Amino acid sequence: MPRTAQRSGLWKKRGNTNVAVFACIRARNVPYLFHLHFLRFGAMAFAGVAILCLLLLSVLGMPAARWKGGDGVVYGGTGAVCAALTLWAALRLAGGGVDEVVLPLGLPWLPAHLRADALSAFFLMVVNFTGATASLYGWGYGRAHHAVHGPKPGPVLPLYPLFLAGMNLVLLANDAFVFLVSWEFMSLASWLLVLANHREEGTARAARIYLIMAGFGTACLLLAFGLLAGTHGDYSFAAIRTHTPTALAGALGVGLMLLGAGSKAGLVPLHIWLPLAHPAAPSHVSALMSGVMTKVAVYAIVRVTFDLLGEPAWWWGGVMLVAGSVTAVMGILYALMQDDLKRLLAYSTVENIGVIIIALGMALVFKAAHVPVIAALALSAALLHIVNHSLFKSLLFFGAGAVLASTGTRDLGRMGGLIHTMPVTAFLMLVGAAAISSLPPLNGFVGEWLLFQAILNGPTLPQWILKILIALVGAAVALAAALAGACFVRAYGTAFLGRARSVAASGAREVNWAMRVAMAVPALLCVVLGVMPTPLLRLVEPATRLLVEAGPFDGRAYQPWFWLAPTSAVGNSYNGLVFLVVIAAVSAVLGLAIHRWASDRVRRSIAWGCGFDEPDPAGVTQYTPSSFGQPIRRAFGATVFRARDTVDMPEPGDVRPARLTVRWSDPAWVWLADPVVRLVNAAADRVNEIQFLTIRRYLSLMFFALVALLVLVAVLQQWS
Amino acid sequence: MSNLAYDAAHLLGALVLMMSFALLYQRRLSALLNAFTLQAVALAAAAAWQGYAQHSHHLFITAVLTLVLKAVVMPVALRRIVVKLNIERTIEPALSIGLTMVAGVSLVTLSILLVMPVTEDATALTREDLALSLSVVLLGLLMMISRRNAVSQVVGFMSIENGLILAAIGVAGMPMIVEMSIAFSVMVAFIVFGIFLFHIRERFDTLDVQKIESFRGESQ
Repeated sequence: MPRTAQRSGLWKKRGNTNVAVFACIRARNVPYLFHLHFLRFGAMAFAGVAILCLLLLSVLGMPAARWKGGDGVVYGGTGAVCAALTLWAALRLAGGGVDEVVLPLGLPWLPAHLRADALSAFFLMVVNFTGATASLYGWGYGRAHHAVHGPKPGPVLPLYPLFLAGMNLVLLANDAFVFLVSWEFMSLASWLLVLANHREEGTARAARIYLIMAGFGTACLLLAFGLLAGTHGDYSFAAIRTHTPTALAGALGVGLMLLGAGSKAGLVPLHIWLPLAHPAAPSHVSALMSGVMTKVAVYAIVRVTFDLLGEPAWWWGGVMLVAGSVTAVMGILYALMQDDLKRLLAYSTVENIGVIIIALGMALVFKAAHVPVIAALALSAALLHIVNHSLFKSLLFFGAGAVLASTGTRDLGRMGGLIHTMPVTAFLMLVGAAAISSLPPLNGFVGEWLLFQAILNGPTLPQWILKILIALVGAAVALAAALAGACFVRAYGTAFLGRARSVAASGAREVNWAMRVAMAVPALLCVVLGVMPTPLLRLVEPATRLLVEAGPFDGRAYQPWFWLAPTSAVGNSYNGLVFLVVIAAVSAVLGLAIHRWASDRVRRSIAWGCGFDEPDPAGVTQYTPSSFGQPIRRAFGATVFRARDTVDMPEPGDVRPARLTVRWSDPAWVWLADPVVRLVNAAADRVNEIQFLTIRRYLSLMFFALVALLVLVAVLQQWS
Repeated sequence: MSNLAYDAAHLLGALVLMMSFALLYQRRLSALLNAFTLQAVALAAAAAWQGYAQHSHHLFITAVLTLVLKAVVMPVALRRIVVKLNIERTIEPALSIGLTMVAGVSLVTLSILLVMPVTEDATALTREDLALSLSVVLLGLLMMISRRNAVSQVVGFMSIENGLILAAIGVAGMPMIVEMSIAFSVMVAFIVFGIFLFHIRERFDTLDVQKIESFRGESQ
């Protein structure tokens, strides 16, 4: 009985703070946001019912694979639930407030705590929006795949809603136990989804490496939460928040958190599973894993470093800045070396995670220096980039899936000229490629622009090491952005422009309407958010207020919705409308001018013909992906990847074709993964001997272990 | 009265421990079984005395159970096995007596060192009893690993059980069900070991564990 009484007392207290937080946010909040008080009642019930629906859909998915139209029911249901959750999360974000609920599930002494605050709501919005478009796309993708490749691969239908339910639960968890269980749920569901195409070569290895890395990550998180909870034994986040851990425990906790969540997000050098596993899954799942699951990992980092641990130390941000910079530059260099379109996109995810981690590191550094407005600016950049990346990365994965569905290949060297056969996909992919290359006036540009506003404030920090580091980080971000541009020019150019490089590419067909609509929605949002980012930033302002107690616009009197002028020492501003108008005008003028004057004389020739006007079905006389990547491979790859080109040139008179071979080694594998694998194997061999002892030896082992422990206890007793 | 209760309990517990030492240096199986019988009788006496001293009648049941099962049924059954298998006169190699005694004495020292500081709040009786029973358990384990014959390993196992029961009766207010379950577990273990011994004998024609090991598929 005293237990229940205590709990209800706690509950009551929480209720009070809850109201206080709500009132405080309302009072400070910008007046034009909706005040939807009624949403607070039963708000958690709505989320709970939605997640239950996802679980039910997952059960339904098992028999539904055999029904005619069963996939429509499951994908349609999942999409509807995700859309509803997106709307709910957006309204909660606008309405502010904190909702908590304690469910009598789980361990007897630890009921399941769920909580939705502004940060959770923001990530829920991102996850479920992509979930909704991916459901629509997955429905169309399944049909297209069915039409081209015969029977469907492994069971996707039951696992797909399960995966989404897992991600939603991670975001709602309010104690370490629920968090870790949902985290494993998410990992295992996505692992099974990776295995859906298990007959393809390499999938089994990718899934195995993913499972190992997921296990490693969860183990790190387990230890991190154990350290954060300390000796109190209360694993609810509320308790962790009130008990600030010792400096050493906090430092270890942050380090383990970065290792654990970083391995899921894809921080270099823990990214090794990501480019193997993400492309191996069906394309809509790839989009979810790459665009959204990595964000759930980022959520874990944000939740711990900004919220649970209270006051940060400046070096946490420093570590994140270094890790993020290495990840951003390495990720995009990897991407430039790839010929597999989906793997290229997965490596580009690594780069974008690096950028997000840099932005979070900046926010932490400024929060530790007690400059909350700049911290809010950097945090807004991180959150904006999270939205942006989820939009354009899902769009690009959808596009890659569309190409895969209609040509049957992911190899850039077998595509080409798809703009003629798949015009809608080509146009939408162009939007995605331009957005991820951070070209104005698209959303990728705004995110990086905001990040640079924060970086330009670096010199105001007190620590000299940070001043220098942030300058270097700025250079790294700029380099990564430029390389991303090169990477996507290469990918888009070889896939969609030029001439077809294979028969399959020349016979490609435009994909069905569901896939096109699913691509068009994020593409449209990429443009809208690029032109008018301010409303979204206003929407996520409660989240930044929750974490750094300031908004990016504090202290700016004039702030209309079409103008983005964050508070900072540099005082720059951005107006997407002006950009749009100027770029549209310049493009129109340039286009007209080129059309009018550049080619006075009509001259017809094959594009990329290199002087050959004969038809060339194999398309070998045009730039290949590896030739396009060669300059950058020579400049960076020779040192980082030890890339070597060998040319096998036949003698004059020999009719065999000349051959260029590129060899490169992955430093993450050479320096980290392979030695670890060797170490584990050697240790396993040693331990294996224990399997073949006699019964008496086993008994002796137990006996001596027992005696040793007893002696230890006895000695410790004498000591104390 | 309380002084007498303490002294008698101490004496009986020490007798159980003495018998553990006696078990350690027996080389013939029949002598080993005799020593085990004596240990069981001492344990039964200890239980009966505790029942009288603590005024808890269920300890008499424990005493009777111990006496019947461990002092009569099991030694008789084991002796029949020994006779049937014709290993009555087997001299089995144990560790040298001096070495075994040194190891045993150090184990007893260790358990006293361990138990005494932990149980400062408890009564003297409980403390002594816990130290004695931990020693008996450790000596039983020592016996199991220093013997090769399967029968003496069974005896070592059952002397571990004796140590547990000694701990259980020393603590006032231990519910009956514990002793019942311990008695039954010993019973089950005895049956399992009996069947096991006969099967081993049938299959391999020996009870020497060392020789049986060479029959295991995985070892070479």
